[in-house]
Amino acid sequence: MDKLVVKDIHKKYGSHEVLKGVSLSAKAGDVISIIGSSGSGKSTFLRCINFLEQPSAGTIEVSGEVINTVADKQGNLKAADAKQLQKMRTKLAMVFQHFNLWSHMTVLENIIEGPIHVLGLSKDEAVGRARKYLEKVGLQNSEDKYPAHLSGGQQQRVAIARALAMEPEVMLFDEPTSALDPELVGEVLKVMQKLAEEGRTMVVVTHEMGFARNVSNHVIFLHQGKIEEEGKPSEVFDNTRSERLKQFLSGSLK
Amino acid sequence: MNGFIDIVDTYWKAYLWTDGYKLSGLVITLWLLAISVFLGFILSIPLSVARVSKNKWVSKPVWFYTYIFRGTPLYVQLLLIYSGLYSLDVVRNVDVLNSFFKEGMNCTILAFALNTCAYTTEIFAGAIKATPYGEIEAARAYGMTKFTAYRRIILPSALRRALPAYSNEVIFMLHSTPIAFSATVPDLLKVARDANAATYRSFEAFGLAALIYLCITFSLVWVFRRAERRWLAYLQPRRAK
Repeated sequence: MDKLVVKDIHKKYGSHEVLKGVSLSAKAGDVISIIGSSGSGKSTFLRCINFLEQPSAGTIEVSGEVINTVADKQGNLKAADAKQLQKMRTKLAMVFQHFNLWSHMTVLENIIEGPIHVLGLSKDEAVGRARKYLEKVGLQNSEDKYPAHLSGGQQQRVAIARALAMEPEVMLFDEPTSALDPELVGEVLKVMQKLAEEGRTMVVVTHEMGFARNVSNHVIFLHQGKIEEEGKPSEVFDNTRSERLKQFLSGSLK
Repeated sequence: MNGFIDIVDTYWKAYLWTDGYKLSGLVITLWLLAISVFLGFILSIPLSVARVSKNKWVSKPVWFYTYIFRGTPLYVQLLLIYSGLYSLDVVRNVDVLNSFFKEGMNCTILAFALNTCAYTTEIFAGAIKATPYGEIEAARAYGMTKFTAYRRIILPSALRRALPAYSNEVIFMLHSTPIAFSATVPDLLKVARDANAATYRSFEAFGLAALIYLCITFSLVWVFRRAERRWLAYLQPRRAK
């Protein structure tokens, strides 16, 4: 069964259509990279998947369950049932470009927050989970620090541990390395590669072509709100068909 | 110096806690401060959430309330509540209202609590509005309800960031308590006035009151500094252990 099926997402801001019918489906263990230039709609698309952004049209199905939607006054879709939306969001843990850790909480508190107050785990269980995932991202000695006292790369690894602690069906990454200094990008990508190798299902919006080519098993190239080309990394990168993608790759691969 | 010792000798009990018949002085001042700040704090939390609501029917009434109470002097508010309301027939003819507004202490606490609540609401509302949007977005993305997001993320973060401004509000409140005497409440300054009237040693009588106010302020500052060190550690540079 597909873990995540997203069908025909449209998104309009006023008369400007940023997404013109984008679809995606992920089976267990799929790692899907979404690439494209700035303004191509890739982040908007990812944020529509968990309704941080309201799509104008389309359907989203997580683990076989379709999210019920109704149109609001502006004609955007919103979840008809807040409970269903919240439950669905726990299955789609998100990692943000700017980490978005809760700054008044320590590293450990950030990670146990969702499991305790959303999933309803006991504190002991949650702390156990948190320590396990902190070790996985290589930060077992930082649990009492505050986010502001960590480097960007460390903060992003904490954010990944926070996502892992929800034990989600699918992980969504929104340009997870774009806000990092170049020398910090590697530590985050390494963690993500490890997750991919464990068979976690991931949808990654990224500018890291190396990651898209070597780690993902499916690449989607978005251009002006539409899928211009998609397929296995080897097809997309080595037998590029579309002119747009050729241009994009010649600009980004030196 | 002798005058000072005389005043302390004769009036120290009245300055600190009793004039021989009932409570007075420092105890009354501290009680006024504590109860009005406590009530104002408790009320201001829901009000500040309402103040930042996108729904105009929820936010505008709160805006109106804080506008009125921040737009008029506390002294005037106290006079209106203590003398003004009690001059109305509707208040005197209803037993509950009559017995409530007859008491100067009740009126003072009501005026003080409403006043500090208005300022505190604005302080907290400002802090809520300044919450980094990404942190709220993360709360939504992790499946929190609006209520949980407020309870676990937005309010704890906002109240911490509001601490420095809030500590000022509490100190201002302390320095507003002397007007309580207008409603016959025997606070610290009322005792100083009595001592002054009885002895004509004005400098000593009021100087002693000033010293006691200073001590309270220093204690408040110390408490808030401790609180900031504890709850605002995440905003400060790391300190060596």
